[in-house]
Amino acid sequence: MQKVLIANRGEIARRIIKTCKKLNIETVAIYAEADADLPYVKEADSAFLIGPSQVQQSYLKVDDILALAKREGVDAIHPGYGLLSENSSFARKIEEAGMIFIGPDPQTIDTMGDKIGSRQTMKAAGVPVVPGTDDGIETLEEAIQEAKLIGYPIMLKASSGGGGIGMIRCDNEQALSQNFVSVKTRAKAYFGDDVVFLEKYISGGRHIEVQIFGDTHGNTVHLFERNCSVQRRNQKVIEESPSPNFPKPALERLLQAAVDAAKAVNYRNAGTVEFIVDEENQFYFLEMNTRLQVEHPVTEAVTGFDLVEWQLIVAKGELLPVINQADIQSKGHAIEFRIYAEDPKTFFPSPGNIKKLQWGSTEDIRIDAGYEEGNTVTPFYDPMIAKVIIQSETREEAIIKAQKFFSSVTIEGIKTNVPLFQEFLGAKAFQDGTYTTAVLPQWLEQQKEEIK
Amino acid sequence: MKQVQSTMAGTVFNIIVQEGEEVTVGQTVMILESMKMEIPVEAETAGKIVKINAQIGDFVNEGDVLVTFE
Repeated sequence: MQKVLIANRGEIARRIIKTCKKLNIETVAIYAEADADLPYVKEADSAFLIGPSQVQQSYLKVDDILALAKREGVDAIHPGYGLLSENSSFARKIEEAGMIFIGPDPQTIDTMGDKIGSRQTMKAAGVPVVPGTDDGIETLEEAIQEAKLIGYPIMLKASSGGGGIGMIRCDNEQALSQNFVSVKTRAKAYFGDDVVFLEKYISGGRHIEVQIFGDTHGNTVHLFERNCSVQRRNQKVIEESPSPNFPKPALERLLQAAVDAAKAVNYRNAGTVEFIVDEENQFYFLEMNTRLQVEHPVTEAVTGFDLVEWQLIVAKGELLPVINQADIQSKGHAIEFRIYAEDPKTFFPSPGNIKKLQWGSTEDIRIDAGYEEGNTVTPFYDPMIAKVIIQSETREEAIIKAQKFFSSVTIEGIKTNVPLFQEFLGAKAFQDGTYTTAVLPQWLEQQKEEIK
Repeated sequence: MKQVQSTMAGTVFNIIVQEGEEVTVGQTVMILESMKMEIPVEAETAGKIVKINAQIGDFVNEGDVLVTFE
């Protein structure tokens, strides 16, 4: 593998370029008009304008990207996360053109991309799934009937959904009636498929996921867990490993279930098995993400491995760098913070020119940034501008280090969620580590009341 | 004539009101989709809607007039 095209943008393109440079692999970047000035475009060995700013006219143009890859003679394509990363037809076309898709088998993407199908696959493999409907729900009447059997509150979800979009909690029949059509409409608009299903809502739930890795020789390992329960709008904001307040026996069962899940679909390359964990530490399979995750640096920090390097090695058909599970150890504690260009209170995006970007005291802190001072955050893409990864011996030390770091950050020109982190890191609910997915909304509500 | 302008660039995800409808202050008239989020557009003043200047699926820029009031 000598030349890799990165079918992505921003921080993840930059992240992939970094590992390619380390391994002496040439990189080809693509960019849309709005991204011409971003650092990743300059850092790649070559970069090509792929189209206008909207993703449909640029980063999602499968045939244009393939044509460029062929013209440039690349050996492999890395899809990053989001965009085309879980598009099985893109993966198939790459392989048909004689290039390597750096990711799982296209068939695995199909199986796991359909949430109803993946629930059935996991059930068959003995992995616990959230109680819910086995098939898609056609009508509201049917939904009401099924919801009665499952019991409220329930989650109404799009089978094709992802990234926190296409799901809503319904506390009663009235809420279900109100949301049924809109979830279907959204699913159709965002994912092109309006099949929905119901799951029991797990109260007091934590979102804990497991990083898994497989090669083409039948080896599968896990690289421990990440707790991603600090969320806004069903999207992650803070991720950490190890998960606080999670007893070892439960963790070991969870890690084993994730490996079983991966083996059930002969998983190759990097993947993540997401679980919801209830108050009694019972866990249920939620979904499997068939790509590298945004929060993979948390795992890199505690295990010491370069996951992009692992992806490239496995994609070449070589053995996993570590085959024996016992040789993968987790050391210390790592926390990742996603820096979003958004209003820290309403969470609405805040595009604009980054007039000032000074991270302050960055010693011993990893920052994966897609933007630099002077760049413009445009309204065409996800509002995440950087990830900050803090590592220490203990969780307490990591939190103190994070507090110190965030007090030294200056960003001007756009609003960011840095002020939120400055406050939230001191919240007891976060510090004691017992938090659930409701922690951030609840804490914000509490802050509002205290001001009153 | 009063107007509601787009506060940011995005795609029109949904239009809640109709031409000829009376709206109140703070009422959501449209939902934009931008940066993977749905952003409600609210009426800053009350009044009767004369014209809706966008259709579902349209891309609008910051400052574009979305709705015109009487």
